[in-house]
Amino acid sequence: MKVLQFMWTDRFEILQLSAEHIFLVVVAISIAIAIGVPMGILMTRRPRLGKPILAFANIVQTIPSLALFGFLIPIPFIGGIGTRTAILALLLYSLLPIVRNTYTGILGVDPAVREAGRGMGMTDTQLLWQVEIPLSLGVIFAGVRVATVIAVGVATIAAAIGAGGLGMFIFRGTSMLDYRLILAGAIPAAFIALAADFGLSAIEKHFRRERRS
Amino acid sequence: MTPDHARVGFTNVEFSIPNGRKLLSGVSFEIRQGENLVLLGRSGSGKTTMLKLVNRLLEPTNGEVSVSGKNTMDWDPIRLRRQIGYVIQEVGLFPHFNVERNIGLVPSLEAWPEEKIMARVHELLELVGLPPGTFAHRYPHELSGGQRQRVGVARALAADPPLLLLDEPFGALDPITRSEIQKEFRDLLRRLNKTMIFVTHDIREAFLLASRIGLMQEGRLVALVKPEEFLKLDHAEARAFAGSLQ
Repeated sequence: MKVLQFMWTDRFEILQLSAEHIFLVVVAISIAIAIGVPMGILMTRRPRLGKPILAFANIVQTIPSLALFGFLIPIPFIGGIGTRTAILALLLYSLLPIVRNTYTGILGVDPAVREAGRGMGMTDTQLLWQVEIPLSLGVIFAGVRVATVIAVGVATIAAAIGAGGLGMFIFRGTSMLDYRLILAGAIPAAFIALAADFGLSAIEKHFRRERRS
Repeated sequence: MTPDHARVGFTNVEFSIPNGRKLLSGVSFEIRQGENLVLLGRSGSGKTTMLKLVNRLLEPTNGEVSVSGKNTMDWDPIRLRRQIGYVIQEVGLFPHFNVERNIGLVPSLEAWPEEKIMARVHELLELVGLPPGTFAHRYPHELSGGQRQRVGVARALAADPPLLLLDEPFGALDPITRSEIQKEFRDLLRRLNKTMIFVTHDIREAFLLASRIGLMQEGRLVALVKPEEFLKLDHAEARAFAGSLQ
């Protein structure tokens, strides 16, 4: 109860930090989709590019998140302290699930469907837009969902490099040894992650229903 | 359309896959407008490869394939394929399109006006024995195997192509549905006067549909005869297929 009371007193700050938190995630995921989906598609068209791109995304994923934020600070132009660096780190983290799911989603389209399309004289572009992308939207969205849930968690670390977000409470709480502060950051973050998961899986289900054969 | 429009010719065609294994060698033949060629052979004899060379899903390693008197390598592959109806065993209907949009695919790629596409789709549904009122708005997963293959045939006929390629289209159907749909298809063929190349390993099907039978064995066309001559062939593979009739 103490925690709830505490959260109620601090509700305006919690709302503000939640908004910052969501902002970081939404911007990072949007850019990750804008880069990751075309990258995944490109990999299906140029198989030779596939391995290096996946390897790069895999390596980024293995860097501990705190370290990734740290690495980016000294880099000129793109790095430094603040929101921009945090968004870049989140973006790098989100790429792998989105690229990989786009790639596997498109390769997973029934070969008979692809052959029929080609055999009837669809161009590669027509096949991509009318068949392959619509049929892999469910899988692509699953990647977006996973990336988003991870990003909501990782974004708590953004506070360490001065980008704000719910991590502010958590870092403050750990340095003051105050569990109420930690929970005031952690509970809303968990809530945001669950809400994103729920909302995106509804979209995903919608697309998967369409593609069943 | 000129009478020789749908003629298909193979001249000394060879096809190898990148690791060097030859799937076809020394294949030469020619079919004229209105002929129904059935390629008969065991699995792996090269029948499917032959079909894919016609619509240039594959390109010959050596020799020449021609459609309407023009080398397929000189055709724009998209233009070539849009005037060849193509039906495969797995059907390959688009699961996210309803029956109407599946059948109307090539006409819509060719930018026909909407009313003309709809009229054509309904005409074709009638033709393959699926009442449009019941089936036009169904999705592929709401159809039985036989109905799907009927839609597959209708889709191949949509833009009224002079040439049809069919790759064991009825092979995955249950025996009763298969024999119904084979007979309907034969009647359809008689009405439409299409040129057709049909691939099968079922000699009964070959006799039912063929005006000529081409026998394939290990990447070679070992015989090309009228159905009534097939049983008189002295070739071992022909005897083996004839034997499967009993």
